Amino acid sequence: MIAESGHYALVLALGLALIQSIVPLIGARLRDDALMNVARSTALAQLLFVGASFVALVMLHVNSDFSVANVYENSHSMKPLIYKITGVWGNHEGSMLLWVSILALFGGLVAAFGNNLPLSLRAHVLAVQAWIASAFYLFILVTSNPFLRIANPPIEGRDLNPVLQDIGLAVHPPMLYLGYVGFSISFSFAIAALMEGRIDAAWARWVRPWTLVAWIFLTLGIAMGSYWAYYELGWGGWWFWDPVENASLMPWLAGTALLHSALVMEKRNALKVWTILLSILTFSLSLLGTFLVRSGVITSVHAFATDPTRGVFILLILCLFIGGSLSLFADRATSLKQGGLFAPISREGALVLNNLLLTVACAVVLFGTLYPLAMEMLADFKMSVGAPFYNLTFAPLFALLLLAVPFGPMLAWKRGDLLGVTQRLLAAGIAGLVAVAIVWGWASGGATLAPLAIGLGVFVIAGAITDLVERTGLVRLPFATVLHRARGLPRSAWGTAFAHAGLGVALIGIVCETTWNSEYIATMKQNEVAHIAGYDVKLDGLFHRQGPNYREMIAEFNVSRDGETLSVMTPSKRSFTTRGSSTTEAALLTRGASQLYISLGDATAEGAIAVRIYHKPLVLLIWWGPVLMAFGGVLSLSDRRLRVGAPKPARAKQRLQPAE
Amino acid sequence: MTRKQRRMTIIGGSLAVLALAAALVLNALRDSIVFFSTPTMVAEKHVAPGKRFRLGGLVQPGSLQRGDNLAVTFEVADGSAKLPVAYKGILPDLFREGQGVVAEGALDASGVFKADTVLAKHDETYMPKDVADALKKQGHWKDDYGAKPAATTAQGNPQGAVR
Repeated sequence: MIAESGHYALVLALGLALIQSIVPLIGARLRDDALMNVARSTALAQLLFVGASFVALVMLHVNSDFSVANVYENSHSMKPLIYKITGVWGNHEGSMLLWVSILALFGGLVAAFGNNLPLSLRAHVLAVQAWIASAFYLFILVTSNPFLRIANPPIEGRDLNPVLQDIGLAVHPPMLYLGYVGFSISFSFAIAALMEGRIDAAWARWVRPWTLVAWIFLTLGIAMGSYWAYYELGWGGWWFWDPVENASLMPWLAGTALLHSALVMEKRNALKVWTILLSILTFSLSLLGTFLVRSGVITSVHAFATDPTRGVFILLILCLFIGGSLSLFADRATSLKQGGLFAPISREGALVLNNLLLTVACAVVLFGTLYPLAMEMLADFKMSVGAPFYNLTFAPLFALLLLAVPFGPMLAWKRGDLLGVTQRLLAAGIAGLVAVAIVWGWASGGATLAPLAIGLGVFVIAGAITDLVERTGLVRLPFATVLHRARGLPRSAWGTAFAHAGLGVALIGIVCETTWNSEYIATMKQNEVAHIAGYDVKLDGLFHRQGPNYREMIAEFNVSRDGETLSVMTPSKRSFTTRGSSTTEAALLTRGASQLYISLGDATAEGAIAVRIYHKPLVLLIWWGPVLMAFGGVLSLSDRRLRVGAPKPARAKQRLQPAE
Repeated sequence: MTRKQRRMTIIGGSLAVLALAAALVLNALRDSIVFFSTPTMVAEKHVAPGKRFRLGGLVQPGSLQRGDNLAVTFEVADGSAKLPVAYKGILPDLFREGQGVVAEGALDASGVFKADTVLAKHDETYMPKDVADALKKQGHWKDDYGAKPAATTAQGNPQGAVR
């Protein structure tokens, strides 16, 4: 019954989405408030039904109902409860259901909290949301129904892919989807603006918080996925430039650009057309990401072979939405009024540069992702585009961007003083150069790029701090005044500083990990000691243990430094009986921001075992950076001007314009 | 500055960044791309020693030999040709004889493929797509290789080993 109810709820959601696709638009045309308000009710009802459908699938997984094909293929009665729940989205059908659930959630949020939006704008936005939703409900119902029954139910399930039986699966996909799908809101707002032929600063005020929310989740989702790959795959890599990873990085790059261009539009009423285009592109890249991951088109270590009907269906959705929205853009963009003049050297100019570099970097990643596919299709030879390509293309572009980051927030709107800003950034520049010198001396030559990159990271962090110091008047004003000013500073200024500093922190982590990573790979016998980066790692012994749905071989290592025992590390190798496959569970020892990492290979007949030990200096900074960025995003989101919401045009006219 | 001049500055700047990106990409395409080959393609094309490429095929049953200190050698076959591969390090969990494998590295002077990366998909029914396509093209595809892939729908993660 549960499966059928879930299926039925999804069909009802499709029906509601179809109504929501059409009725509000008719209402907007006829200026009929009642018809336009239909969108609000249907969006909330959709959320209810999709939510019910999702809960139904979770219940089926929790109850281990193996008469449902999806549960049979991806679950096992002995699996721990948490993985029974997370296993819901650890497979194609379930993850698509999660995708539409989150889409419905965002639609519901706009419906519930969009009371201060102009009625016709809200009707248009929700209608566009419903178009997207309808397409994906159809996709699920036609090609990927998670509620299909099996005629002769088996007694036991095939278990979830062991690699996915990890807490990372509980966090990473939902976060990533909240980011991906969150950009659908700015897309819908953009399409609505084009359809209405009207766009103003209030529009940007509305779009920015939604974009920011999506961006925060996407940032955390990507970082989480990277950390998950790092500890779960057992070889210490954290980014592979894999098409699936690129698929999440591209919307992030475009979304970051959108975040900044929406700022220009909100404050200065400029870059309107560009902001609209970026909103469309960002969500198009999210759709492209969904296509790449879900169709199995990519020759990737991530990708999996699925039947092509799904791929073709998503490709159709992709073409329809990207083609449709870009045509609409081409048709209507010229009718939007341009406004807000600014000099090339100004805050606006800096944000244009930011957008330029981010979108070009995004285009490079897109090229690297699609080029092998195109060559395979057109010229019939296969190739892989990996880290060396991106190191030569993406890295220099991003270095340029980072160099410009500290200047942006310090330039004045409209017309800036580059020389003055350079003088104010002198301290930050000196800090960067000192860092270069120290690292250079400490590493005594060696890699030339690493000290420069670390200097750049320090410059970015110091630049973010300088901005705060300047704004609060620290050093030159009495402390009480400074405190007062710090409290009066808009939260978004703090957010900017944290997010920008996060970039520098992540860069330092990346450089340290890749340059000074040391590793020890060998077979070890009992009581043998490995020496790595000043640590002594002794193999105490091997043990066997029975887990809920796996058998486990644990190696116990005693880690000491200068004769002092620090910790016991227990990496293990698990073999999952149902799938006949095994996973490597690495053991991590955190020391400050650095980590010692041990993973196991095969045991030999003589009782020795192959081990891989890494020392990764400052590796945690790679993920602390994004966390700082996301924290900055949250601060910015709590800014008063976003909480207050868009001012009503009528009231704004009566009031004096606040000086900004 | 007039409106036109301002616009030209921005357009000029954009073109400069685009040109820079295009130059970077073209430069990177010259030597950072890794091609995929099967043993047959290697034999036909006479790949030069030291040129990096990805080798895909099936691990020849009975060819795996473990040496000292994690050195391993095995042969990769695609039905019509075989190529010896040397690797030092820990093989991925699902490396098996008779299963598909993708290795990245270069040939040495004696014609042995020195691999620094060995990839295997984390699922015993999985066949790397490159390998499957190459085998299909040569008519060596057996149905039992692809017997169960419809059931392996979980989103896989890479499973591999880097020396």
